Amino acid sequence: MVDAAIRAEGVKSGARKRTSLRRMMQRKSTIAFFMALPLITLISLLVLYPAGYSLHLATLNKSMERFVGFGNFTFLFTRETFWMVVQQSCIFAITAVIFKALIGFVVAHFVHNIPAKGQRKWRGMLLVPWVIPPAMSCLAWLWLFDPSYSAFNWLIALFGGDPVPWTGNTYWARFSVILVNIWIGAPFFMIMYLAALKSVPEQLYEAAAIDGASWWQRIWYVTLPMMRNIIAITALFSLIVTFANFDIVRIMTAGGPIDTTHVFATWSFRVGIEGADIPLGASVSLFMVPILTVAAVFILRDITRRGNES
Amino acid sequence: MSRDRTWALRWSYFFLVLFAIFFLVPPIYMLITSLKTSAEISAATNPWWVFHPTLGNYIQLLTSNQYLTFFRNSAVVSVFVVAVTMLISVPAAFALSRMRFWGSATLATGVFLTYLIPETLLFLPLFKMFAVFNELTGIELINHWWILLIVYPTLTVPFCTWIMIGYFASIPKELDEAALIDGAGWIQTLVMIFIPVALPGLIAATIFAFTVSWAQFLYPLAFTTSADQLVLPVGIITSLIKGDVFNWGQIMTGALLGAAPPLIIYAFLMDYYIAGLTAGATKG
Repeated sequence: MVDAAIRAEGVKSGARKRTSLRRMMQRKSTIAFFMALPLITLISLLVLYPAGYSLHLATLNKSMERFVGFGNFTFLFTRETFWMVVQQSCIFAITAVIFKALIGFVVAHFVHNIPAKGQRKWRGMLLVPWVIPPAMSCLAWLWLFDPSYSAFNWLIALFGGDPVPWTGNTYWARFSVILVNIWIGAPFFMIMYLAALKSVPEQLYEAAAIDGASWWQRIWYVTLPMMRNIIAITALFSLIVTFANFDIVRIMTAGGPIDTTHVFATWSFRVGIEGADIPLGASVSLFMVPILTVAAVFILRDITRRGNES
Repeated sequence: MSRDRTWALRWSYFFLVLFAIFFLVPPIYMLITSLKTSAEISAATNPWWVFHPTLGNYIQLLTSNQYLTFFRNSAVVSVFVVAVTMLISVPAAFALSRMRFWGSATLATGVFLTYLIPETLLFLPLFKMFAVFNELTGIELINHWWILLIVYPTLTVPFCTWIMIGYFASIPKELDEAALIDGAGWIQTLVMIFIPVALPGLIAATIFAFTVSWAQFLYPLAFTTSADQLVLPVGIITSLIKGDVFNWGQIMTGALLGAAPPLIIYAFLMDYYIAGLTAGATKG
Protein backbone atom coordinates (compact mmCIF):
# COMPACT_ATOMS: atom_id res chain seq x y z
CA MET A 1 0.00 0.00 0.00
CA VAL A 2 2.70 2.49 1.10
CA ASP A 3 5.03 2.02 -1.85
CA ALA A 4 2.07 2.14 -4.21
CA ALA A 5 1.25 5.58 -2.83
CA ILE A 6 4.88 6.75 -3.21
CA ARG A 7 4.97 5.51 -6.78
CA ALA A 8 1.64 7.21 -7.54
CA GLU A 9 3.15 10.54 -6.47
CA GLY A 10 5.97 10.23 -8.97
CA VAL A 11 3.86 9.77 -12.12
CA LYS A 12 2.19 12.37 -14.29
CA SER A 13 -1.39 13.45 -13.80
CA GLY A 14 -2.83 11.59 -16.85
CA ALA A 15 -1.38 8.34 -15.68
CA ARG A 16 -2.63 9.07 -12.20
CA LYS A 17 -6.17 9.31 -13.47
CA ARG A 18 -5.81 5.95 -15.16
CA THR A 19 -4.42 4.26 -12.07
CA SER A 20 -7.11 5.72 -9.91
CA LEU A 21 -9.69 4.27 -12.29
CA ARG A 22 -7.97 0.92 -12.16
CA ARG A 23 -7.71 1.17 -8.39
CA MET A 24 -11.41 1.85 -8.21
CA MET A 25 -12.08 -1.19 -10.34
CA GLN A 26 -9.97 -3.25 -7.98
CA ARG A 27 -11.63 -1.88 -4.91
CA LYS A 28 -13.43 -4.43 -2.82
CA SER A 29 -16.81 -2.76 -2.97
CA THR A 30 -16.70 -2.39 -6.75
CA ILE A 31 -15.88 -6.05 -7.30
CA ALA A 32 -18.60 -6.97 -4.83
CA PHE A 33 -21.10 -4.83 -6.66
CA PHE A 34 -20.30 -6.50 -9.96
CA MET A 35 -20.60 -9.94 -8.39
CA ALA A 36 -24.06 -9.04 -7.14
CA LEU A 37 -25.08 -7.28 -10.34
CA PRO A 38 -26.74 -10.31 -12.03
CA LEU A 39 -28.83 -10.80 -8.90
CA ILE A 40 -29.80 -7.13 -8.77
CA THR A 41 -30.69 -7.14 -12.48
CA LEU A 42 -32.78 -10.30 -12.18
CA ILE A 43 -34.68 -9.11 -9.14
CA SER A 44 -35.37 -5.63 -10.39
CA LEU A 45 -36.29 -6.66 -13.94
CA LEU A 46 -38.33 -9.79 -13.29
CA VAL A 47 -39.67 -9.34 -9.76
CA LEU A 48 -39.80 -5.70 -8.70
CA TYR A 49 -40.70 -4.25 -12.09
CA PRO A 50 -43.59 -6.68 -12.74
CA ALA A 51 -44.81 -6.16 -9.17
CA GLY A 52 -45.03 -2.44 -9.77
CA TYR A 53 -46.32 -2.97 -13.31
CA SER A 54 -49.25 -4.99 -11.99
CA LEU A 55 -50.28 -1.94 -9.95
CA HIS A 56 -50.32 0.05 -13.17
CA LEU A 57 -52.13 -2.70 -15.10
CA ALA A 58 -54.84 -2.84 -12.47
CA THR A 59 -55.85 0.72 -13.33
CA LEU A 60 -56.45 0.03 -17.04
CA ASN A 61 -59.53 -1.15 -18.90
CA LYS A 62 -59.82 -4.58 -20.48
CA SER A 63 -58.15 -3.68 -23.77
CA MET A 64 -55.45 -1.86 -21.76
CA GLU A 65 -55.88 1.39 -23.68
CA ARG A 66 -57.72 3.54 -21.22
CA PHE A 67 -57.01 4.56 -17.64
CA VAL A 68 -59.93 3.68 -15.38
CA GLY A 69 -58.45 4.45 -11.95
CA PHE A 70 -60.06 2.29 -9.32
CA GLY A 71 -62.69 1.10 -11.82
CA ASN A 72 -61.56 -2.53 -11.69
CA PHE A 73 -61.66 -2.57 -7.93
CA THR A 74 -65.10 -1.00 -7.64
CA PHE A 75 -66.32 -3.45 -10.28
CA LEU A 76 -64.94 -6.36 -8.24
CA PHE A 77 -66.67 -5.10 -5.10
CA THR A 78 -70.02 -5.43 -6.85
CA ARG A 79 -69.37 -9.03 -7.90
CA GLU A 80 -70.67 -11.76 -5.64
CA THR A 81 -67.98 -14.16 -6.89
CA PHE A 82 -65.28 -11.82 -5.67
CA TRP A 83 -66.54 -11.87 -2.09
CA MET A 84 -66.83 -15.64 -2.29
CA VAL A 85 -63.20 -15.79 -3.44
CA VAL A 86 -62.12 -13.57 -0.53
CA GLN A 87 -63.98 -15.77 1.91
CA GLN A 88 -62.77 -19.03 0.40
CA SER A 89 -59.12 -17.84 0.24
CA CYS A 90 -59.22 -17.03 3.95
CA ILE A 91 -60.94 -20.26 4.94
CA PHE A 92 -58.58 -22.23 2.72
CA ALA A 93 -55.38 -20.64 4.04
CA ILE A 94 -56.26 -20.37 7.72
CA THR A 95 -57.78 -23.83 8.19
CA ALA A 96 -55.03 -25.49 6.20
CA VAL A 97 -52.22 -23.75 8.10
CA ILE A 98 -53.78 -24.55 11.49
CA PHE A 99 -54.14 -28.23 10.67
CA LYS A 100 -50.72 -28.45 9.04
CA ALA A 101 -49.20 -26.96 12.18
CA LEU A 102 -51.15 -29.28 14.49
CA ILE A 103 -50.42 -32.44 12.52
CA GLY A 104 -46.81 -31.42 12.03
CA PHE A 105 -46.40 -30.82 15.76
CA VAL A 106 -48.01 -34.12 16.76
CA VAL A 107 -46.11 -36.19 14.21
CA ALA A 108 -42.81 -34.49 15.11
CA HIS A 109 -43.41 -35.50 18.73
CA PHE A 110 -44.07 -39.10 17.81
CA VAL A 111 -40.94 -39.26 15.66
CA HIS A 112 -38.95 -37.62 18.46
CA ASN A 113 -40.29 -40.20 20.95
CA ILE A 114 -39.05 -43.32 19.20
CA PRO A 115 -35.44 -44.56 19.46
CA ALA A 116 -32.97 -42.43 17.49
CA LYS A 117 -32.02 -45.36 15.27
CA GLY A 118 -35.44 -45.62 13.63
CA GLN A 119 -36.10 -41.88 13.39
CA ARG A 120 -34.31 -41.41 10.09
CA LYS A 121 -36.41 -44.04 8.36
CA TRP A 122 -39.71 -42.61 9.61
CA ARG A 123 -38.71 -39.06 8.86
CA GLY A 124 -37.75 -40.11 5.34
CA MET A 125 -41.08 -41.80 4.78
CA LEU A 126 -43.21 -39.02 6.24
CA LEU A 127 -41.64 -36.30 4.09
CA VAL A 128 -42.61 -37.96 0.80
CA PRO A 129 -45.76 -35.81 0.21
CA TRP A 130 -43.59 -32.69 0.29
CA VAL A 131 -41.08 -34.13 -2.21
CA ILE A 132 -43.57 -35.17 -4.91
CA PRO A 133 -44.34 -32.22 -7.21
CA PRO A 134 -47.80 -30.93 -6.16
CA ALA A 135 -49.13 -31.15 -9.70
CA MET A 136 -48.40 -34.90 -9.73
CA SER A 137 -49.78 -35.69 -6.30
CA CYS A 138 -52.91 -33.64 -6.97
CA LEU A 139 -53.59 -35.92 -9.93
CA ALA A 140 -53.42 -38.91 -7.59
CA TRP A 141 -55.88 -37.22 -5.24
CA LEU A 142 -58.12 -36.33 -8.16
CA TRP A 143 -58.20 -39.99 -9.10
CA LEU A 144 -58.85 -41.03 -5.50
CA PHE A 145 -61.77 -38.56 -5.50
CA ASP A 146 -63.11 -39.63 -8.93
CA PRO A 147 -66.93 -39.32 -9.06
CA SER A 148 -67.53 -42.85 -10.33
CA TYR A 149 -64.38 -44.81 -9.45
CA SER A 150 -63.33 -43.20 -6.16
CA ALA A 151 -61.25 -45.69 -4.21
CA PHE A 152 -62.27 -43.98 -0.98
CA ASN A 153 -65.94 -44.41 -1.82
CA TRP A 154 -65.25 -48.08 -2.48
CA LEU A 155 -63.91 -48.41 1.07
CA ILE A 156 -66.85 -46.43 2.45
CA ALA A 157 -69.27 -48.66 0.55
CA LEU A 158 -67.50 -51.69 2.04
CA PHE A 159 -68.59 -50.47 5.48
CA GLY A 160 -72.07 -49.71 4.21
CA GLY A 161 -71.71 -45.91 3.86
CA ASP A 162 -73.04 -43.69 1.09
CA PRO A 163 -70.66 -42.44 -1.61
CA VAL A 164 -69.17 -39.02 -0.86
CA PRO A 165 -69.24 -36.40 -3.67
CA TRP A 166 -65.60 -35.41 -2.99
CA THR A 167 -65.35 -32.71 -5.62
CA GLY A 168 -69.01 -32.65 -6.57
CA ASN A 169 -70.61 -30.23 -4.15
CA THR A 170 -69.38 -27.02 -2.58
CA TYR A 171 -68.76 -28.23 0.96
CA TRP A 172 -67.04 -31.45 0.06
CA ALA A 173 -64.99 -29.74 -2.66
CA ARG A 174 -63.79 -27.14 -0.15
CA PHE A 175 -63.00 -29.91 2.29
CA SER A 176 -61.10 -31.84 -0.38
CA VAL A 177 -58.84 -29.01 -1.49
CA ILE A 178 -58.01 -28.20 2.14
CA LEU A 179 -57.33 -31.87 2.87
CA VAL A 180 -54.91 -32.11 -0.06
CA ASN A 181 -53.21 -28.92 1.04
CA ILE A 182 -52.76 -30.29 4.56
CA TRP A 183 -51.42 -33.52 3.12
CA ILE A 184 -48.79 -31.68 1.09
CA GLY A 185 -47.81 -29.14 3.76
CA ALA A 186 -47.90 -31.05 7.06
CA PRO A 187 -44.59 -32.89 6.42
CA PHE A 188 -42.80 -29.55 6.08
CA PHE A 189 -44.02 -28.50 9.52
CA MET A 190 -43.03 -31.92 10.85
CA ILE A 191 -39.44 -31.46 9.64
CA MET A 192 -39.17 -27.93 11.02
CA TYR A 193 -40.61 -28.88 14.40
CA LEU A 194 -38.46 -31.98 14.59
CA ALA A 195 -35.36 -29.84 14.09
CA ALA A 196 -36.63 -27.46 16.79
CA LEU A 197 -37.40 -30.33 19.19
CA LYS A 198 -33.84 -31.61 18.83
CA SER A 199 -32.51 -28.23 19.88
CA VAL A 200 -34.39 -28.17 23.23
CA PRO A 201 -31.78 -29.07 25.89
CA GLU A 202 -32.49 -32.40 27.61
CA GLN A 203 -31.67 -30.88 31.03
CA LEU A 204 -34.81 -28.75 30.90
CA TYR A 205 -36.97 -31.88 30.68
CA GLU A 206 -34.97 -33.52 33.46
CA ALA A 207 -35.47 -30.49 35.67
CA ALA A 208 -39.18 -30.47 34.86
CA ALA A 209 -39.45 -34.17 35.63
CA ILE A 210 -37.73 -33.66 39.01
CA ASP A 211 -40.23 -30.91 39.78
CA GLY A 212 -42.98 -33.44 39.05
CA ALA A 213 -44.30 -31.97 35.81
CA SER A 214 -46.77 -34.12 33.85
CA TRP A 215 -46.16 -34.71 30.13
CA TRP A 216 -48.72 -32.03 29.35
CA GLN A 217 -46.96 -29.52 31.59
CA ARG A 218 -43.65 -30.43 30.01
CA ILE A 219 -45.06 -29.59 26.56
CA TRP A 220 -46.78 -26.42 27.75
CA TYR A 221 -43.99 -24.98 29.92
CA VAL A 222 -40.84 -26.34 28.26
CA THR A 223 -41.36 -27.44 24.66
CA LEU A 224 -43.73 -24.73 23.43
CA PRO A 225 -41.82 -21.74 24.85
CA MET A 226 -38.54 -23.12 23.47
CA MET A 227 -40.07 -23.67 20.03
CA ARG A 228 -42.17 -20.51 19.91
CA ASN A 229 -39.98 -18.80 17.38
CA ILE A 230 -39.81 -21.65 14.94
CA ILE A 231 -43.52 -22.38 15.26
CA ALA A 232 -44.35 -18.77 14.43
CA ILE A 233 -41.98 -18.44 11.51
CA THR A 234 -42.98 -21.76 9.94
CA ALA A 235 -46.66 -20.87 10.24
CA LEU A 236 -46.06 -17.44 8.66
CA PHE A 237 -44.07 -18.94 5.78
CA SER A 238 -46.78 -21.48 5.23
CA LEU A 239 -49.48 -18.83 5.42
CA ILE A 240 -47.82 -16.94 2.57
CA VAL A 241 -47.41 -20.03 0.41
CA THR A 242 -50.90 -21.35 1.15
CA PHE A 243 -52.61 -18.04 0.63
CA ALA A 244 -50.97 -17.67 -2.77
CA ASN A 245 -51.47 -21.33 -3.70
CA PHE A 246 -52.47 -22.13 -7.24
CA ASP A 247 -51.69 -25.76 -8.16
CA ILE A 248 -54.00 -27.57 -5.78
CA VAL A 249 -57.26 -25.77 -6.50
CA ARG A 250 -56.48 -25.49 -10.20
CA ILE A 251 -55.98 -29.24 -10.63
CA MET A 252 -58.49 -30.57 -8.11
CA THR A 253 -61.54 -28.49 -8.95
CA ALA A 254 -60.45 -25.71 -11.36
CA GLY A 255 -62.54 -23.46 -9.13
CA GLY A 256 -65.76 -25.38 -9.49
CA PRO A 257 -68.46 -26.31 -8.63
CA ILE A 258 -69.82 -22.93 -9.77
CA ASP A 259 -66.68 -21.00 -8.71
CA THR A 260 -67.10 -21.86 -5.04
CA THR A 261 -63.58 -23.20 -4.49
CA HIS A 262 -61.68 -20.44 -6.31
CA VAL A 263 -58.91 -18.73 -4.38
CA PHE A 264 -57.26 -15.45 -5.45
CA ALA A 265 -54.58 -17.15 -7.53
CA THR A 266 -56.87 -19.45 -9.50
CA TRP A 267 -59.51 -16.81 -10.04
CA SER A 268 -57.01 -14.27 -11.31
CA PHE A 269 -55.73 -16.92 -13.73
CA ARG A 270 -59.27 -17.62 -14.88
CA VAL A 271 -60.04 -13.93 -15.35
CA GLY A 272 -56.63 -12.78 -16.56
CA ILE A 273 -55.40 -15.54 -18.89
CA GLU A 274 -58.50 -17.54 -19.79
CA GLY A 275 -60.83 -14.56 -19.77
CA ALA A 276 -58.17 -12.39 -21.48
CA ASP A 277 -58.82 -9.53 -19.04
CA ILE A 278 -55.32 -8.96 -17.69
CA PRO A 279 -56.13 -5.74 -15.75
CA LEU A 280 -59.00 -7.35 -13.86
CA GLY A 281 -56.91 -10.46 -13.16
CA ALA A 282 -54.09 -8.26 -11.87
CA SER A 283 -56.54 -6.42 -9.62
CA VAL A 284 -57.72 -9.74 -8.20
CA SER A 285 -54.19 -10.94 -7.47
CA LEU A 286 -53.31 -7.62 -5.82
CA PHE A 287 -55.75 -8.45 -3.04
CA MET A 288 -53.21 -11.01 -1.85
CA VAL A 289 -50.74 -8.23 -1.07
CA PRO A 290 -52.09 -7.01 2.32
CA ILE A 291 -51.98 -10.38 4.04
CA LEU A 292 -48.63 -11.21 2.43
CA THR A 293 -47.21 -7.92 3.67
CA VAL A 294 -48.37 -8.53 7.23
CA ALA A 295 -46.82 -12.00 7.27
CA ALA A 296 -43.62 -10.71 5.65
CA VAL A 297 -43.25 -7.92 8.21
CA PHE A 298 -43.49 -10.39 11.08
CA ILE A 299 -41.00 -12.79 9.47
CA LEU A 300 -38.59 -9.95 8.78
CA ARG A 301 -38.84 -8.69 12.34
CA ASP A 302 -37.99 -12.12 13.64
CA ILE A 303 -35.03 -12.46 11.30
CA THR A 304 -33.51 -9.07 12.04
CA ARG A 305 -33.95 -9.68 15.75
CA ARG A 306 -32.12 -12.99 15.52
CA GLY A 307 -29.51 -11.31 13.33
CA ASN A 308 -28.88 -8.75 16.06
CA GLU A 309 -28.61 -11.40 18.75
CA SER A 310 -25.92 -13.37 16.93
CA MET B 1 -41.71 -45.27 34.86
CA SER B 2 -40.39 -47.83 32.39
CA ARG B 3 -43.86 -49.29 31.86
CA ASP B 4 -45.08 -45.79 31.05
CA ARG B 5 -42.27 -45.45 28.57
CA THR B 6 -43.07 -48.73 26.78
CA TRP B 7 -46.67 -47.63 26.41
CA ALA B 8 -45.64 -44.20 25.16
CA LEU B 9 -43.45 -45.95 22.61
CA ARG B 10 -46.27 -48.26 21.49
CA TRP B 11 -48.66 -45.37 21.09
CA SER B 12 -46.01 -43.45 19.15
CA TYR B 13 -45.56 -46.33 16.72
CA PHE B 14 -49.31 -46.80 16.41
CA PHE B 15 -49.89 -43.17 15.43
CA LEU B 16 -46.82 -43.05 13.23
CA VAL B 17 -48.21 -45.99 11.25
CA LEU B 18 -51.56 -44.19 10.92
CA PHE B 19 -49.91 -41.00 9.69
CA ALA B 20 -47.61 -42.92 7.37
CA ILE B 21 -50.68 -44.51 5.79
CA PHE B 22 -52.28 -41.09 5.36
CA PHE B 23 -49.10 -39.66 3.84
CA LEU B 24 -48.30 -42.60 1.57
CA VAL B 25 -51.72 -43.64 0.26
CA PRO B 26 -51.73 -41.33 -2.80
CA PRO B 27 -48.29 -42.33 -4.14
CA ILE B 28 -49.02 -46.01 -3.48
CA TYR B 29 -52.36 -45.72 -5.21
CA MET B 30 -50.58 -44.10 -8.16
CA LEU B 31 -48.37 -47.17 -8.38
CA ILE B 32 -51.34 -49.55 -8.08
CA THR B 33 -53.27 -47.80 -10.83
CA SER B 34 -50.25 -47.53 -13.10
CA LEU B 35 -49.97 -51.32 -13.16
CA LYS B 36 -53.55 -51.85 -14.32
CA THR B 37 -55.12 -52.10 -17.77
CA SER B 38 -57.95 -49.74 -18.70
CA ALA B 39 -60.35 -52.68 -18.60
CA GLU B 40 -59.42 -53.48 -15.01
CA ILE B 41 -59.65 -49.85 -13.96
CA SER B 42 -63.22 -49.54 -15.19
CA ALA B 43 -64.25 -52.97 -13.84
CA ALA B 44 -66.09 -53.00 -10.52
CA THR B 45 -63.34 -54.89 -8.68
CA ASN B 46 -61.36 -53.92 -5.58
CA PRO B 47 -59.51 -50.77 -6.65
CA TRP B 48 -56.80 -51.29 -4.00
CA TRP B 49 -55.49 -54.48 -5.57
CA VAL B 50 -53.93 -55.32 -8.96
CA PHE B 51 -55.37 -58.57 -10.29
CA HIS B 52 -53.60 -58.59 -13.66
CA PRO B 53 -50.44 -56.52 -13.30
CA THR B 54 -49.04 -55.16 -16.55
CA LEU B 55 -46.31 -52.77 -17.57
CA GLY B 56 -48.33 -51.72 -20.61
CA ASN B 57 -48.81 -48.16 -19.43
CA TYR B 58 -45.09 -47.68 -18.82
CA ILE B 59 -44.16 -49.13 -22.22
CA GLN B 60 -46.76 -46.98 -23.96
CA LEU B 61 -45.61 -43.76 -22.30
CA LEU B 62 -41.90 -44.39 -22.65
CA THR B 63 -42.30 -45.06 -26.36
CA SER B 64 -44.62 -42.11 -26.94
CA ASN B 65 -42.79 -39.21 -28.52
CA GLN B 66 -45.06 -36.72 -26.82
CA TYR B 67 -44.34 -37.89 -23.29
CA LEU B 68 -40.63 -38.08 -23.98
CA THR B 69 -40.75 -34.52 -25.32
CA PHE B 70 -42.34 -33.33 -22.06
CA PHE B 71 -39.73 -35.20 -20.08
CA ARG B 72 -36.88 -33.81 -22.15
CA ASN B 73 -38.23 -30.25 -21.88
CA SER B 74 -38.52 -30.60 -18.12
CA ALA B 75 -35.02 -32.03 -17.80
CA VAL B 76 -33.40 -29.39 -20.03
CA VAL B 77 -35.22 -26.54 -18.30
CA SER B 78 -34.39 -27.79 -14.80
CA VAL B 79 -30.71 -28.41 -15.53
CA PHE B 80 -30.21 -25.02 -17.14
CA VAL B 81 -32.12 -23.23 -14.41
CA VAL B 82 -29.95 -24.90 -11.78
CA ALA B 83 -26.82 -23.74 -13.63
CA VAL B 84 -28.08 -20.18 -14.06
CA THR B 85 -29.23 -20.04 -10.44
CA MET B 86 -25.86 -21.11 -9.11
CA LEU B 87 -23.96 -18.74 -11.38
CA ILE B 88 -26.07 -15.83 -10.14
CA SER B 89 -26.58 -16.65 -6.49
CA VAL B 90 -23.19 -17.98 -5.37
CA PRO B 91 -21.13 -14.88 -6.34
CA ALA B 92 -23.91 -12.63 -5.07
CA ALA B 93 -24.08 -14.46 -1.75
CA PHE B 94 -20.30 -14.20 -1.43
CA ALA B 95 -20.36 -10.49 -2.16
CA LEU B 96 -23.21 -9.89 0.27
CA SER B 97 -21.83 -11.95 3.13
CA ARG B 98 -18.12 -11.07 2.90
CA MET B 99 -17.34 -8.03 0.81
CA ARG B 100 -19.96 -5.45 1.79
CA PHE B 101 -20.67 -2.51 -0.46
CA TRP B 102 -22.98 0.43 -0.32
CA GLY B 103 -26.47 -0.91 0.32
CA SER B 104 -25.40 -4.54 0.67
CA ALA B 105 -27.20 -5.08 3.97
CA THR B 106 -30.43 -3.70 2.49
CA LEU B 107 -29.95 -5.87 -0.56
CA ALA B 108 -29.58 -9.01 1.57
CA THR B 109 -32.88 -8.26 3.27
CA GLY B 110 -34.42 -7.38 -0.09
CA VAL B 111 -33.37 -10.74 -1.52
CA PHE B 112 -35.17 -12.44 1.30
CA LEU B 113 -38.27 -10.32 0.76
CA THR B 114 -38.40 -11.18 -2.96
CA TYR B 115 -38.43 -14.82 -1.93
CA LEU B 116 -41.72 -14.05 -0.19
CA ILE B 117 -43.35 -12.57 -3.33
CA PRO B 118 -45.40 -15.43 -4.79
CA GLU B 119 -45.40 -16.24 -8.50
CA THR B 120 -49.18 -15.95 -8.52
CA LEU B 121 -48.72 -12.19 -8.13
CA LEU B 122 -46.27 -11.89 -11.01
CA PHE B 123 -47.55 -14.10 -13.82
CA LEU B 124 -50.02 -11.57 -15.25
CA PRO B 125 -47.64 -8.57 -15.41
CA LEU B 126 -44.93 -10.88 -16.80
CA PHE B 127 -47.36 -12.14 -19.46
CA LYS B 128 -48.11 -8.56 -20.47
CA MET B 129 -44.42 -7.60 -20.35
CA PHE B 130 -43.57 -10.41 -22.76
CA ALA B 131 -46.34 -9.28 -25.10
CA VAL B 132 -45.02 -5.69 -25.05
CA PHE B 133 -41.48 -6.99 -25.60
CA ASN B 134 -42.77 -8.83 -28.67
CA GLU B 135 -44.34 -5.63 -30.03
CA LEU B 136 -41.13 -3.67 -29.50
CA THR B 137 -38.54 -6.13 -30.77
CA GLY B 138 -40.48 -8.71 -32.76
CA ILE B 139 -39.06 -11.51 -30.62
CA GLU B 140 -41.82 -13.88 -29.53
CA LEU B 141 -41.19 -15.10 -25.98
CA ILE B 142 -44.55 -16.65 -25.18
CA ASN B 143 -45.06 -20.30 -26.11
CA HIS B 144 -41.37 -21.27 -26.24
CA TRP B 145 -40.03 -23.62 -23.60
CA TRP B 146 -36.92 -21.47 -23.14
CA ILE B 147 -39.02 -18.63 -21.76
CA LEU B 148 -39.05 -20.75 -18.60
CA LEU B 149 -35.26 -20.33 -18.37
CA ILE B 150 -35.89 -16.62 -17.96
CA VAL B 151 -38.69 -16.80 -15.40
CA TYR B 152 -37.75 -19.80 -13.23
CA PRO B 153 -34.63 -18.12 -11.76
CA THR B 154 -36.94 -15.58 -10.11
CA LEU B 155 -38.25 -18.48 -8.02
CA THR B 156 -34.92 -20.12 -7.24
CA VAL B 157 -32.31 -17.35 -7.03
CA PRO B 158 -33.62 -15.44 -3.96
CA PHE B 159 -33.86 -18.51 -1.75
CA CYS B 160 -30.57 -19.99 -2.96
CA THR B 161 -28.78 -16.69 -2.40
CA TRP B 162 -30.31 -16.50 1.04
CA ILE B 163 -29.18 -19.95 2.15
CA MET B 164 -25.72 -19.46 0.61
CA ILE B 165 -25.38 -16.21 2.59
CA GLY B 166 -26.13 -18.28 5.69
CA TYR B 167 -23.56 -20.93 4.83
CA PHE B 168 -20.88 -18.40 3.85
CA ALA B 169 -21.48 -16.42 7.04
CA SER B 170 -20.72 -19.54 9.08
CA ILE B 171 -17.21 -19.82 7.56
CA PRO B 172 -14.61 -18.33 9.95
CA LYS B 173 -13.23 -14.94 8.88
CA GLU B 174 -9.65 -16.12 9.50
CA LEU B 175 -9.92 -18.45 6.53
CA ASP B 176 -10.45 -15.78 3.88
CA GLU B 177 -8.10 -13.35 5.64
CA ALA B 178 -5.38 -15.99 5.38
CA ALA B 179 -6.15 -16.48 1.71
CA LEU B 180 -6.04 -12.74 1.02
CA ILE B 181 -2.73 -12.36 2.86
CA ASP B 182 -1.32 -15.20 0.75
CA GLY B 183 -2.19 -13.09 -2.28
CA ALA B 184 -5.40 -14.71 -3.50
CA GLY B 185 -7.90 -12.43 -5.23
CA TRP B 186 -11.54 -12.30 -4.23
CA ILE B 187 -12.66 -14.59 -7.04
CA GLN B 188 -9.90 -17.05 -6.16
CA THR B 189 -10.94 -16.98 -2.50
CA LEU B 190 -14.50 -17.75 -3.54
CA VAL B 191 -13.66 -20.58 -5.92
CA MET B 192 -10.80 -22.21 -4.05
CA ILE B 193 -11.92 -21.76 -0.45
CA PHE B 194 -15.56 -20.81 -0.01
CA ILE B 195 -17.13 -23.16 -2.52
CA PRO B 196 -15.31 -26.28 -1.25
CA VAL B 197 -15.98 -25.40 2.40
CA ALA B 198 -19.65 -24.56 1.81
CA LEU B 199 -20.20 -27.56 -0.47
CA PRO B 200 -23.02 -29.03 1.66
CA GLY B 201 -24.88 -25.74 1.34
CA LEU B 202 -24.20 -25.67 -2.37
CA ILE B 203 -25.65 -29.16 -2.77
CA ALA B 204 -28.70 -28.21 -0.71
CA ALA B 205 -29.25 -25.11 -2.85
CA THR B 206 -28.82 -27.13 -6.06
CA ILE B 207 -31.41 -29.66 -4.92
CA PHE B 208 -33.79 -26.86 -3.99
CA ALA B 209 -33.39 -25.16 -7.38
CA PHE B 210 -33.89 -28.44 -9.22
CA THR B 211 -37.01 -29.51 -7.36
CA VAL B 212 -38.59 -26.07 -7.66
CA SER B 213 -38.01 -25.92 -11.41
CA TRP B 214 -39.15 -29.48 -11.89
CA ALA B 215 -42.40 -28.93 -9.98
CA GLN B 216 -43.35 -25.45 -11.21
CA PHE B 217 -46.83 -25.47 -12.70
CA LEU B 218 -48.23 -21.95 -13.00
CA TYR B 219 -45.60 -20.36 -15.25
CA PRO B 220 -45.56 -23.12 -17.89
CA LEU B 221 -49.36 -23.21 -17.80
CA ALA B 222 -49.54 -19.48 -18.45
CA PHE B 223 -46.62 -19.07 -20.85
CA THR B 224 -46.59 -22.23 -23.01
CA THR B 225 -49.43 -23.87 -24.94
CA SER B 226 -48.16 -25.87 -27.95
CA ALA B 227 -47.79 -29.57 -27.17
CA ASP B 228 -44.11 -29.68 -28.12
CA GLN B 229 -43.18 -26.80 -25.80
CA LEU B 230 -44.76 -28.15 -22.61
CA VAL B 231 -42.97 -29.39 -19.52
CA LEU B 232 -44.12 -32.47 -17.60
CA PRO B 233 -46.69 -31.20 -15.09
CA VAL B 234 -48.60 -29.19 -17.67
CA GLY B 235 -48.03 -31.79 -20.39
CA ILE B 236 -49.59 -34.59 -18.38
CA ILE B 237 -52.57 -32.49 -17.42
CA THR B 238 -53.32 -31.06 -20.84
CA SER B 239 -52.45 -33.96 -23.12
CA LEU B 240 -53.35 -37.09 -21.17
CA ILE B 241 -56.66 -35.64 -20.04
CA LYS B 242 -58.52 -35.44 -23.32
CA GLY B 243 -61.93 -33.94 -22.93
CA ASP B 244 -63.88 -36.05 -20.51
CA VAL B 245 -62.08 -39.28 -21.37
CA PHE B 246 -59.64 -39.82 -18.55
CA ASN B 247 -57.15 -42.59 -19.18
CA TRP B 248 -56.26 -42.96 -15.53
CA GLY B 249 -53.78 -45.79 -15.97
CA GLN B 250 -51.63 -43.60 -18.18
CA ILE B 251 -52.16 -40.43 -16.14
CA MET B 252 -50.98 -42.17 -12.98
CA THR B 253 -48.01 -43.70 -14.80
CA GLY B 254 -47.07 -40.33 -16.22
CA ALA B 255 -47.42 -38.63 -12.84
CA LEU B 256 -45.38 -41.32 -11.10
CA LEU B 257 -42.58 -41.10 -13.68
CA GLY B 258 -42.75 -37.31 -13.37
CA ALA B 259 -42.42 -37.54 -9.60
CA ALA B 260 -39.50 -39.97 -9.90
CA PRO B 261 -36.55 -37.56 -10.40
CA PRO B 262 -37.20 -35.51 -7.22
CA LEU B 263 -37.97 -38.70 -5.30
CA ILE B 264 -34.72 -40.33 -6.44
CA ILE B 265 -32.69 -37.25 -5.53
CA TYR B 266 -34.45 -37.18 -2.18
CA ALA B 267 -33.78 -40.88 -1.55
CA PHE B 268 -30.05 -40.50 -2.13
CA LEU B 269 -29.44 -37.02 -0.73
CA MET B 270 -32.05 -36.85 2.02
CA ASP B 271 -29.81 -35.04 4.51
CA TYR B 272 -28.92 -32.29 2.04
CA TYR B 273 -32.57 -32.00 1.01
CA ILE B 274 -33.66 -31.53 4.62
CA ALA B 275 -30.76 -29.16 5.33
CA GLY B 276 -31.94 -26.93 2.50
CA LEU B 277 -35.52 -27.12 3.75
CA THR B 278 -34.73 -26.07 7.30
CA ALA B 279 -32.00 -23.55 6.39
CA GLY B 280 -34.51 -20.91 5.32
CA ALA B 281 -35.89 -20.42 8.79
CA THR B 282 -33.07 -21.44 11.11
CA LYS B 283 -30.20 -19.65 9.45
CA GLY B 284 -29.72 -15.93 9.15
